[in-house]
Parts: sequence; structure tokens; C-alpha cells
Amino acid sequence: MLSRRPSAPGTSQSKFEPRIVAFFCNWCTYLAADLAGTSRMKYAPNVRVVRLMCSGRVDPQFVLDAFAHGADGVFIGGCHPGDCHYQEGNYKTLKRYHLLKRVLKEMGIEEDRFRLEWISAAEADRVRTAINQMVEKVRDLGPLNLELKDVEKADAEEVLV
Amino acid sequence: MSDRSPDKPKVAFYWCASCGGCEEAVVDLAEAILDVVAKVDIVFWPVAMDFKRKDVESMADGSITATFLNGAIRTSEQESMAQLLRSKSQLLVALGACSHLGGIPGLANLFDRASLMQEVYVQPPSTINAEGTLPQTHYQDNGYSVELPVFQETVRPLDQVVDVDYYIPGCPPTPKTFLAAVQILLGSELPVKGTVLAPDCALCDECPRKDTKPEKPVFNEFKRPQQMLVDEQKCLLAQGLLCMGPGTRSGCEALCVRGNMPCSGCYGPTSRVRDQGAKILSCLASLVESKDETEIDRVLSTIPDPVGTFYRYGLPGSLLQRKRPDGVRQAPLPSR
Repeated sequence: MLSRRPSAPGTSQSKFEPRIVAFFCNWCTYLAADLAGTSRMKYAPNVRVVRLMCSGRVDPQFVLDAFAHGADGVFIGGCHPGDCHYQEGNYKTLKRYHLLKRVLKEMGIEEDRFRLEWISAAEADRVRTAINQMVEKVRDLGPLNLELKDVEKADAEEVLV
Repeated sequence: MSDRSPDKPKVAFYWCASCGGCEEAVVDLAEAILDVVAKVDIVFWPVAMDFKRKDVESMADGSITATFLNGAIRTSEQESMAQLLRSKSQLLVALGACSHLGGIPGLANLFDRASLMQEVYVQPPSTINAEGTLPQTHYQDNGYSVELPVFQETVRPLDQVVDVDYYIPGCPPTPKTFLAAVQILLGSELPVKGTVLAPDCALCDECPRKDTKPEKPVFNEFKRPQQMLVDEQKCLLAQGLLCMGPGTRSGCEALCVRGNMPCSGCYGPTSRVRDQGAKILSCLASLVESKDETEIDRVLSTIPDPVGTFYRYGLPGSLLQRKRPDGVRQAPLPSR
């Protein structure tokens, strides 16, 4: 069978902790996360936040790269429709998100591992609930285990049955 | 081959999981092949001349100046030939889309080996295989035993198997692309290792319809060429067709577009792009005109097969490489 990736630092074999990469836009969602922090709100610590100027900067390559390098889920946060600092960046993200979701599904990656949310700078509580929800869903799905190199190694050893 | 001169560069050709089109591209050099042959010795080319594996094995390591290997790697035999040729060659060049990025055979990475075997050897209506016999790697009969190559789980481009020095893109590379690449390799100064030997800009740059490309084409539907009468002058994106030109390396002189067909992306991405499919997906999706979610979904649903369209020649070389194997997906969850 295919070999497993070693568990992430800080995790034990008995409890799976999802690793989620979050891309937050500088003007809304990142500020909301910041507000959540200064308001001392607590949410699941499984998210690694990457701040970008706009959710429209999220190249689909970033999403695939995150999955390919060990993320169990990817979360994109942007301004509400109509509120984009750059006018249309979030709409571009929305359209790419819809198409990328189909590609991911075809590649065997469950829908719940990829999420897009509109969160304004004032909605700290929404950051908390959205992240907590996603972490729970991904925890239920289990590790993504996209350890591609292992698939190749397994090839060399396996014989037909 | 008899007048083999010691100072001529030695060249080898080999094919793996491919259709033979790249070999054809070499032959399609027509008279120009004579110039090439005058400058090099061909020491191994199984598709055109009689050579055996043992001929290669008897060569000294690094004695072949350049090996042009086309085709993806699917079987253990292909893998071992790639390793053998790697050790015997100073330069290993991946020739054509399959060797470069996985190519059309790479679309098999959307399936696992077990289901492919079922599909081919058990399920076809014209096949009678009641016992479910599948190809085996060992066979013994009358005291003789035969070993056959292992059909691996995954299709891989050459650089996932051995170190590759250069790439020549295309399905197949046009004779012009191939000749230009050979001339670069015969020249005095070699390019940086890992270079794709073709121009490093998007196909739109050399497209004859470039002037008719709108600043921002918009899509309310992705049309397919058979559904319409395609204007022979106008940019295909402007006509609502899904053309891979903006996300594809140039060098083919837009042959498909000249034939009134949209580019399907065989030259792969430019050097600034890691994943061609993701990049063209990004480009085309953002050109959908509507901002309404339901309408966006409707417009995007007119692309019936996104993976097969965006990754037609590059799935194994892409970031995700293959569909997630079922075995992994169904792995028992760790207890909580």
C-alpha cells in the first residue's frame, strides 16, 4: 500500500490535526482576523494565514501548491461582493473558485477541503466560526495525504496482482 | 554507420509511452536531416535501426553526447531504459510533450491501475475473459520463465524518473522546433540546464490573429468549434472558443490556429508558470462576464471536461500529478 507521510510536528498518531492554509486579503479578511486577535477570540489553531493584497491575487497555482505540499484544506477570505478595494478582485476569485472546485473534485479532493468566504474587516466572529467549521469538516475527512513522491516510490516496488 | 568517426558527437533516440509522433517529427526534417546526420553519429535508434539494449549497455558511461528520449514513463522497462540512457549520456533531452510533461498518455493518471486493467482486459463487451485474467509480470512454462515489465500505477514525465538536461516541447515538436533545438545543442554555448528549447512567450505572441484579440475578451458561453462557423481571421477567444494560447508556450507558429482550430496547449507553460492548467483556468474563469453565482456556474458548465481540457498534455507534470488514489482516500481515519 502507499506509504503515509509522517504526522505533522505537534501531532500524534492518535489525533489528526488538519493543516489549513488560508489566504486572506489585506483590506477585509486579514483585518477581521486581526480584530479577532485583539478581541482575544479563540479559534482553532490549525490555520496558517497568508496575507495578500487582494483575494484576486490567489493564483489557482497557490491552492494546488498548498495541497501538493501537505495542506489538508485551503481557505480563501476576501471582501464582500461590491466591497473589493480593487473593485473586482473578489469577483475574479469567485469565478476561479467555481472552476477550480470542479477540477479539485475530479482530482479526488473533497469539496469541503476548499472554501471561499466573504468576511469584512468588522466580522471577527465570522473568522472564528468559519475557521472552526472548516477545521471540523477537514478533521472528519481525515488527512489529504497527497504525498506524491511516495506514489512514485510505491510504483517501483509494487507488482501486479 | 560504418564510417563512425571518433570526433563526431554521438546521438541516441529512444521512445517510451508515446505514439511515435515525435519520431515522425525527426523524420519530418526531410532534407535537413542530412545536415544533422553529417554532423552526428546515431548510435541508438530502435524505431528506425536495429539496435539492442545490450549495445547500449556495452557503451562507456557518458559516451553518448545527447540522448533524445520521447514518451512518458509508465512501465518498469521504460524506467530502466531511461536510467540506462541517463548514465550513458552527457545530455539527456526530453523530446515532446509526453516526455516533457506526461502528454496524452498522462491523462491515464485520472484512473488507477486496477480500474484501467478492468476497463481494458475484463469489461469491454467484445472481450470474453470469464476468469478475469490480467497481464502478469512472471510466466513459467515448460521450465522456462519469462519476465515482463511492470505496468506502474502512475504515468510520469521523464524528469520525475531521472535527471533531465533540456526539454523540447510539443505534441509533436514541429520539425522547425526540433531542428532549432538541435542547432542550439550543437552550438558552442549550451543554455542553462533545465531550459525548454523553444521561445519563452505565450502563443498569442506569434498568433496570426493577434491584432484581432480584444483587450479583454468576455465569455457568456464557452463554445466548441463544431457548434459554430468559425471566423478564419478573428481571435478565437473573441469568438467564444476555448483557446489555450494565452497559457501556452509559443514555437509551433500557431499551426492549429492557422488550421482554424483553437490551441490545445501542447507546448506546455512558459518558464514563469509552474502549472499550465491552473494558469489558463485562472485566465479563462476570470473572463466570464457575469457576477452572479448561478450564471457563473452556467457559463463554466459549458466547459464539459476542465481537467481534460486544461491538462490535456500536462497532468503528470502538474502540481497535483494525478488523481488522488482511492486507497489513500479510503484509509481509516485515526481515532480521535
